[in-house]
Amino acid sequence: MVATPLNLKILSEKRTPLSGGHRMCAGCAEAIIVKQVLLAIDDPVVVINGTGCLEVSTTIFPYTAWRVPWIHVAFENTAAVAAGVEAAYRALVRRGALPADRRVVFVAFAGDGGSYDIGLQALSGALERGHRFLYVCLDNEGYMNTGIQRSGATPRGAWTTTTPVGKVMPGKPQWRKDLTAIVAAHRIPYVAQVAPSHWKDLMTRVRKAVASGGPAFLNALSDCNRGWRHDPAQTIEVTRLAVETCYWPLFEVEDGVWRLNYRPRRKLPITEYLRLQGRFAHLLRPEFQDLVAEIQAEVDRRWEELLRRCGETA
Amino acid sequence: MGRWMALEGTEAVAYAMKQIAPDVVAAYPITPQTGIVQTFAQFVADGEVPTEFIQAESEHSALSACVGAAAAGARAMTATSSQGLALMWEILPIAAAMRLPIVMPVVNRALSAPINIHCDHSDSMGARDTGWIQIYSENAQEAYDNTLQAVRIAEHPQVRLPVMVMQDGFITSHAVERVWVEDDDAVRAFLGTYQPACTLLNFERPLTFGALDFYDYYFEHKRHQVEAMRRAKDAILEVAEDFARRFGRRYGLFETYQLEDAEAAVVVLSSTAGTARVAVDNLRRMGWRVGLLKLRVYRPFPDHEIIAALRHLRAIGVMDRAIAFGALENGGPLWLDLLAAAHRHGLHIPIADYVFGLGGRDITPSEIEGIFTDLMQIADRGAVTRPVTYVGVRGELPLPSPAEWSLWIPEATMAGD
Repeated sequence: MVATPLNLKILSEKRTPLSGGHRMCAGCAEAIIVKQVLLAIDDPVVVINGTGCLEVSTTIFPYTAWRVPWIHVAFENTAAVAAGVEAAYRALVRRGALPADRRVVFVAFAGDGGSYDIGLQALSGALERGHRFLYVCLDNEGYMNTGIQRSGATPRGAWTTTTPVGKVMPGKPQWRKDLTAIVAAHRIPYVAQVAPSHWKDLMTRVRKAVASGGPAFLNALSDCNRGWRHDPAQTIEVTRLAVETCYWPLFEVEDGVWRLNYRPRRKLPITEYLRLQGRFAHLLRPEFQDLVAEIQAEVDRRWEELLRRCGETA
Repeated sequence: MGRWMALEGTEAVAYAMKQIAPDVVAAYPITPQTGIVQTFAQFVADGEVPTEFIQAESEHSALSACVGAAAAGARAMTATSSQGLALMWEILPIAAAMRLPIVMPVVNRALSAPINIHCDHSDSMGARDTGWIQIYSENAQEAYDNTLQAVRIAEHPQVRLPVMVMQDGFITSHAVERVWVEDDDAVRAFLGTYQPACTLLNFERPLTFGALDFYDYYFEHKRHQVEAMRRAKDAILEVAEDFARRFGRRYGLFETYQLEDAEAAVVVLSSTAGTARVAVDNLRRMGWRVGLLKLRVYRPFPDHEIIAALRHLRAIGVMDRAIAFGALENGGPLWLDLLAAAHRHGLHIPIADYVFGLGGRDITPSEIEGIFTDLMQIADRGAVTRPVTYVGVRGELPLPSPAEWSLWIPEATMAGD
C-alpha cells in the first residue's frame, strides 16, 4: 500500500478519525496533534486514551467523536492498557480469531501529568517490555483538565494554580523534567520530540515511529491557551516560537542514534516565547530579570547538550 | 478421565490457568501469590500454554492490562494478594463497571501495617463492594474447581462481571494436597469458547469503551451492574450444576455440615471450615448439636438462602478473618452482612461475631469449641452479651471451654427439644 502523501490538499480530503463536533476548547493543540498523528497513519488504528481533556471532551455518553476503536480506563495506566490491548491482539491473531493479514497500529494518547508524573511507571514498564505501540504524550505542561496545576513538565517560572505568583514565589521554582531523554534511556526503537507548528515533521516522525514497530514514543508540545493564557488563535505561533527559541527542539532518537530534525535559522531569545503567554507575564517585570536570564541559560545549556548528542556543531 | 496430582494451592490454580489457557495473563509477583505466577510462567516457558504473558511492573498495571485485553475480546486473567490487591483498587470498580469477565485468583493475606505476609481476609474484604463476584475456596481442590467455574460465571451472558477466587495464604497456598485435575479436553469442553458481546478490535464497527457519563447516564449504568450482580446467583448455580454433571463435584452458594439438627452453628469462609468441622465432630461426640455453614459465594451475598439454612438455630456465630474498623461494634464484614440479612428476613436469633486469625494467627479446634460453648450459653440466655469477640488475642477475655459447659449440656439439649 502506498502511503498517503504528506500533502495538505490530499490530507484535508481524508476522513479524520477524530470527528468534528467534539468539545475541546477552541485553539486546543491536542485536537490538532491528534489529527496530525492519526492522519499520518493509513493502517487501522486503535486508540488508547488516558484520562484528561481529550478523553472527557470527546466521549460524553451517549456521544463519541471517535471513528476508530477507542478505549479509556484511567489516568496513570494508559501504557498498561495499551500493553493489554496489544497483547490481546497478538493472542487473538495467533488463535485465528482475528485476521493476520493486516497491520494494526496501537496509539496511546496521554497528557504530561499521565506520562511525566503519575503514569511514568506504567509507561516505563510497557517500554521495557517492548510492546508494539506508539505512545504520544500530549505535553501541555500542566494538569490542565483539573484547572491548571503544575506537573513535572511545567517549566520553571510558570504560573499555575498550585505554583501561583505570590509575594515570595515567582511561579514554579523547579526546572521541568526531561521525559524525552528518560524515554530514550529505555533504548526503545524510536523516540522523537515534535510540535504541531511543524506538522510535516510531526507526521514524518509518526510514520517513522510506526515503521519502527515500536515501542515508539513521541513527546508533542501541546499548547493549552487556557492554561498558558493567550489568544486561542495563537496556538501554532506559540508552539512555533517554542521551537525557534530552542526551548522545544525537534529531534529523534532512532535505535539509540540522536538526530536533530530542525535547526532554527536564527535562535530567538526565550523572551520571544515567554512574552506571548500570560503564565509568564510576571517574568517580564524588572524584578525577575535574573530569573529570565537563568531560564535563558538553561535553554542554552540543554540546547548545546542536545547538539552534542546529535553530533551537531554549536 | 482426570488424575490425582500433589499440588500446592497456588499450583492447583496455576494448573487450572494452564487448562483455561487465557489469551492474556498479566501479573506481578507478591507473596503468597507467587506460586501462581511462577508456575504459570514455567508453563509459558515450556510452550505448554499459548498465553501472552505480561510480566507487569505493578499490580495496578497488571489489572489495567487485563482490562485492555478483555475489552479487546481476550480471555484475561491476573492473580494477586494483599498489598497487590490494594494497589489494584482503583481499577477494580472499572473492570466491573466495564463488564469485563476478568478472572483473578486472590491468595488472601493480611494488609499492612504492620507488614505481614500471612493469611487473613482484610485484602479481599476491602474489595467486597467493588462489583466483583467473590468466591472463597476451602482447599486446593476447591481453588482449582472454583477457578475453572469462575471463567464460565464471568463470561455468562447474563452476568459479564469479573470474578475473584480466594484461597487462604500459606494455609492453602503453600500446603501440598491431593488434587483431582480433569483432562484438558474435558476442561476445554466445559469452558467453551469465549464469545464477547462486543470488542475493541472490531474495525468494521468501531466502538468507544470507557466513555464519560454525567449525572444523566451514570446512575443507569450503575443500575445495570446491580442487575448483573443479581443475576449472577442463578448463573453461579447453573455453572455449578454443569460442573457437577461433568466432573461429579457439586458446589452451591454455600456448604453445610451437621447443620440440619443443630442448635448452634458457625458461619465460616475458606480453610477455617476444615478446622471448624473437627470442632463440630469433637462436640458432636459429646452430644452437642452444633454445625457449620461454609460460605462459598460472598458476592453476590446469598442472603435469602443463608437465612433459610440458619433459621432453625438458637444461636449463630460468624467467624470473621477481617475487621470492618469503625463499623458496628468494630466487628467483621461477614457478621455485618449476616446481621443485615437476618433483619431483612425477620430472623430473630442471637448472632455473635468472632474475629480471629488476623495476620495468620492460628485458629485451633479447641478455640472453635470455645466459640461453640459461648454460642450455647448465648442460646440459653437468648441474647448476645458480647457482640464481638476477638479470639486468641492477648489481653482479651477468654472464651469458655467446653469442659465447663458440658455439665449443662443435657439440660440445654432438652430445652432445645
